[in-house]
Amino acid sequence: MLSILKIAVRNLMRYKRRTLLTTSLVAIGVVFVLVFISVSGSFKDMMIGQITDSFLGHVQIHKKGYVASIDSLPLTMNLEPKALAKIEKEIGQTPGIEAYSKRIKFGGMFSNFVETTNVRLNGVYPEDEINTVPLFLSRIREGEKNIKLGEILIPELLAKGMKVKVGDTVVVIATNRDGSVNGKQFQVGGILESVSGPGGRDGYLHIDDAAEILRMDTLEISEIAIRLKDFDGLHRVFGGLTDKLGNELNKQGKPVFEVHTWEKLSPFYNIARMIDVMTFFIKLMLIAIVLVSIMNVMVMAVYERIREIGTIAAIGTLPGKIVAMFLIEGLSLGLLGAAVGDILGVAIIYILNAAKLTFDFGRQKGLVLSPSISLQDIFMISIIVIIISVLASLQPAYKASRMNPIDALRHV
Amino acid sequence: MSLITAKNLSKAYAKGELKVEALRDLNFEIEPSSFVSFVGPSGSGKTTLLNLMGCLDKPTSGTLMVDDTDVSELNTRMAAAFRGRKLGFIFQDFNLIPVLTVYENVGYPLLMVQNTPVTERKERVLALLEAVGMADKKDKYPDQISGGQKQRVAVARALVTNPKLVLADEPTANLDHKTAYMVIDIMKKMKNELGTTFIFSTHDQKIVGEAEIIYSLEDGELTSVKGVEKPC
Repeated sequence: MLSILKIAVRNLMRYKRRTLLTTSLVAIGVVFVLVFISVSGSFKDMMIGQITDSFLGHVQIHKKGYVASIDSLPLTMNLEPKALAKIEKEIGQTPGIEAYSKRIKFGGMFSNFVETTNVRLNGVYPEDEINTVPLFLSRIREGEKNIKLGEILIPELLAKGMKVKVGDTVVVIATNRDGSVNGKQFQVGGILESVSGPGGRDGYLHIDDAAEILRMDTLEISEIAIRLKDFDGLHRVFGGLTDKLGNELNKQGKPVFEVHTWEKLSPFYNIARMIDVMTFFIKLMLIAIVLVSIMNVMVMAVYERIREIGTIAAIGTLPGKIVAMFLIEGLSLGLLGAAVGDILGVAIIYILNAAKLTFDFGRQKGLVLSPSISLQDIFMISIIVIIISVLASLQPAYKASRMNPIDALRHV
Repeated sequence: MSLITAKNLSKAYAKGELKVEALRDLNFEIEPSSFVSFVGPSGSGKTTLLNLMGCLDKPTSGTLMVDDTDVSELNTRMAAAFRGRKLGFIFQDFNLIPVLTVYENVGYPLLMVQNTPVTERKERVLALLEAVGMADKKDKYPDQISGGQKQRVAVARALVTNPKLVLADEPTANLDHKTAYMVIDIMKKMKNELGTTFIFSTHDQKIVGEAEIIYSLEDGELTSVKGVEKPC
């Protein structure tokens, strides 16, 4: 095998310019794919991380039908204590859950005593919320990084529009589930940075304050956001919770709860899917580049070496060895192209990281692009290139092995 | 016992609608350790006959036994294996592999066809390179040596597997007279030393005179056989 490899490499070196051009083409394809995967993958991971770690969590549990009517934040679809206890029990028994946060979501009126506007609010237990969405604190741009009783955190657009700042006194007025209106005075405790997606522009207050405004005798929860220990275990945990809670039926025989992953809750999931589809097509383009360029070279190699093929066949080289010679030549081209592409790709990714390029996404400004590529991705792309190189060499190699030695020796 | 026996050997080609009879009813026997030449004008069937004896082609009719094997019965793979084991080839255009050195070219059949162990391979290749006077050029590539040197390398390559038969189609056609005689001398020397049978085709009358037995071919038929008494 080593001797066949030696012959293959020498034959590639024999046509240096052609080998260089083909290797360059394959390498450029590999670089393009690696850089695209790293940039798009990093963008995707960053956005998913921002969305899930800033406000959404990885999984959410609601009363059945709540998500469909989430725009109106219906208090009538809150989870009552008995249902909540059931959910908390199942969460406690489900492995892989790091933290969870109970939220009361409601809409109200926000007044600075001069103007009034609508506001969407979340009543939360601060510690649970921070454990469940750890980037929450980093969203507080002004004010103390906490949610205290009697204080409210308001989104920056609201603060700007209503001309309120940290320390100002405001009033929140809300209608409870019975239809009666109640108001409470708050001090602005902080200004929240907006993030893309539903819930990214909500205000926050302590859950006890929320219960007080809504005049709840017993705590009713709108949603439970869950953070997982390992994001890769998303569908496993989701499946476990769905099995346990999805089968819970009410007296009318209808499901009581609904469980959703972030994928069902955030429109960014569709963008993430689009990125995956684009990545797939980019890989297809790479396959086409490798297939066409290597096949072209190997067809040329066979055509140019017809007399040599005739000679080695005449002196007794078996067809299998002739096939192996050309396959290994194609394989060597693929290996070389993949190796050069991998090295250049990783170097470019390193440079992109060092350049600290920034981009804006929705209301989020100055997100730093930090492309990265896993060894698994590099390995997979290299394997694809190598396999396609061998496949591209198969037809020319087979043709060479089937050549009639007499015709081949006569070839001029 | 004969090394080669041809009985009623014929070969015909279809050239469009035309049937060309390249060989007609040949009958001959060649003994082991002979130095044989087939002569005749272009188109007389010399190359076709060599191709049949070299298991590169199959007869249309008749039988051709080479070392007790009916070569017309061999399939492609078996024919390749037979050539690798029993035959050596010397080509008019030398046909050395350009990416291999002189040493590697000679060792190619041992390495790629017979899978001979490295020590034995080295020994045999160096011995043959010494015998053909090319040991000092063993690291050169074919494009770094002359035509005569290339053909000496080709002779060494043909002999490296210790074949029973070496077939050479116009081995001196691309060489000047002096070099041609030198190559023929080497072939004769190797025949004497190793007992290998050499069969070559040529239309060079001076070279023909070097053969022990001369078969003349004309229009695919054997027209004369001349045994030469002088020792090679």
